[in-house]
Amino acid sequence: MSTGRSATTTDLAGLDIADDPRIPLSALTRVELRKLADTRAGKWLLIAIGLITAAIITIFFLAANQSDRTFINFMQATATPQGFLLPVLGILLVTSEWSQRTALVTFTLMPVRGRVLLAKVLAALIAGVAAIVLAMAIAALATLLGGAHDAWAHIGLDDIGKFTILQFSGLLQGLAFGLLFLNSAAAIVTYFVLPIAFTIVSSLWSALEKVQPWIDLGTSQQPLINADSMSGQEWAQLGTSTLLWVVLPFVVGLVRVLRAEVK
Amino acid sequence: MITVEGVTKTYGSFVAVDDVSFTCRTGQVTGFLGPNGAGKSTTMRIMVGLTPATRGRVTIGGHAYASLPNPGRHIGVLLDASAQHDGRTGREVLTLGALTMGLPLSRVDEMLELVSLSPGEAKRRVRNYSLGMRQRLGIAHALLGDPSILILDEPANGLDPAGIHWMRGLLREYAARGGTVCLSSHLLHEVERIADVLVVIGRGRIVAQGTKDELLQTQGAYVRAVEHEALLDALHREGIAAAPAGEGLRTDAEPLRIGQVAAASGLTLVELRPADSAGLEDLFLELTADTQREGAVA
Repeated sequence: MSTGRSATTTDLAGLDIADDPRIPLSALTRVELRKLADTRAGKWLLIAIGLITAAIITIFFLAANQSDRTFINFMQATATPQGFLLPVLGILLVTSEWSQRTALVTFTLMPVRGRVLLAKVLAALIAGVAAIVLAMAIAALATLLGGAHDAWAHIGLDDIGKFTILQFSGLLQGLAFGLLFLNSAAAIVTYFVLPIAFTIVSSLWSALEKVQPWIDLGTSQQPLINADSMSGQEWAQLGTSTLLWVVLPFVVGLVRVLRAEVK
Repeated sequence: MITVEGVTKTYGSFVAVDDVSFTCRTGQVTGFLGPNGAGKSTTMRIMVGLTPATRGRVTIGGHAYASLPNPGRHIGVLLDASAQHDGRTGREVLTLGALTMGLPLSRVDEMLELVSLSPGEAKRRVRNYSLGMRQRLGIAHALLGDPSILILDEPANGLDPAGIHWMRGLLREYAARGGTVCLSSHLLHEVERIADVLVVIGRGRIVAQGTKDELLQTQGAYVRAVEHEALLDALHREGIAAAPAGEGLRTDAEPLRIGQVAAASGLTLVELRPADSAGLEDLFLELTADTQREGAVA
């Protein structure tokens, strides 16, 4: 940009971009949030996340003993269904640009592709926060309607924090697999099948048993769902497995998209 | 102004675009003409940074495309009208563009009106659009940011004759107001009627470029006389090559010279005019056939 500015002042046929503000990240993020909901498929995915969150809390409310109806338990019930659907949202936010070939337009309007991808990450995380807030609201409602005596006890910021880490991790992993495959079907299937395959392999191969908590995200994320506080080793295991399953595919996918020819 | 300098794109051993250089000047419509697979679309994707060039560079108004802070405000791009999300409405497609570029949403309505997409059509999903409607939507999207440069790949594809007429008027007027237009096409007659400058590409190489007048210049005359044989003799005596064509003769000389020869010989002409323009189509077929032969020999 800096070289361009000096060139324009003398070149009559040149474009004067000196007064052009760069497209702000907020505008790009707003556009990506809009893309989450402006198609039928996107809209229904969001509605499904909302409905399933409400449904699972209702089921838990009806099925659980009075004493188990605590705010935290209601929240934890939403972890699994949201953990299934939020990554799909992340995957589709990336792959739909390629399957529908809208990347052609998106990257023409914003040629610095990294900024578009950053906006997608922010949009996905905002959607994740919204899903968690919704879960908290419904859980609070359920607790008010018929919670146990000590239903509001043991709620710490760390519980909400761990819950957020879990869902953000899923969203980012979804985005990463989307970037890696640039194809909805391949990304979704791999996202769900690979961890299962990995668990089967590690259960059959005893040599892997020792290292499994360090490299298996499913194992290392268990403490995030339990209410107990996490040990240093558990945090370290979460770190290494996240590096392997979230950060690594994200970086490889990022490099792929930054360098790809967009057709 | 768009400057393409020595752009080459190779895929392995295949050379898709081979040392292509040309300029699209301000206030002109530059027609980028070539058969399918000649490298037009690849060149245009390189112009806007979607495809990295193997060698060479493109500057737009003195800048690399990727260095523009908000390119849509200066350069309207339509590379493929079918590259839109099927599930979005036409209005939504334009709204996303306007929000990205930071434009007021009133621009969306203005553009829909400009390309004659009715409010009802704008509410329909792109899945239900004909190719012609997608082209109109794509042109509306390209014009959203009120750009001074347009890059359009095959914009006439799928438009009906009325649509083509409309687009021709739109782009002529746009260039007349000082805009720069670079459009590609394999529709020869369309380019012939719309472009000021032609760049003809075949097999990744530029085979001809120049103004339309330069490229379409014709020589010679067509002449028909009552005394057909006598005219042929008279022309031969003057050293003017002439060959029978229909009921008359096709000659190398200009109509004035033929008229003088006929008058001097006392012949009665019933028809005398400049020879038919070979037309861009002949030029185009000739040029692309040449490159194909070259390819075969090499």
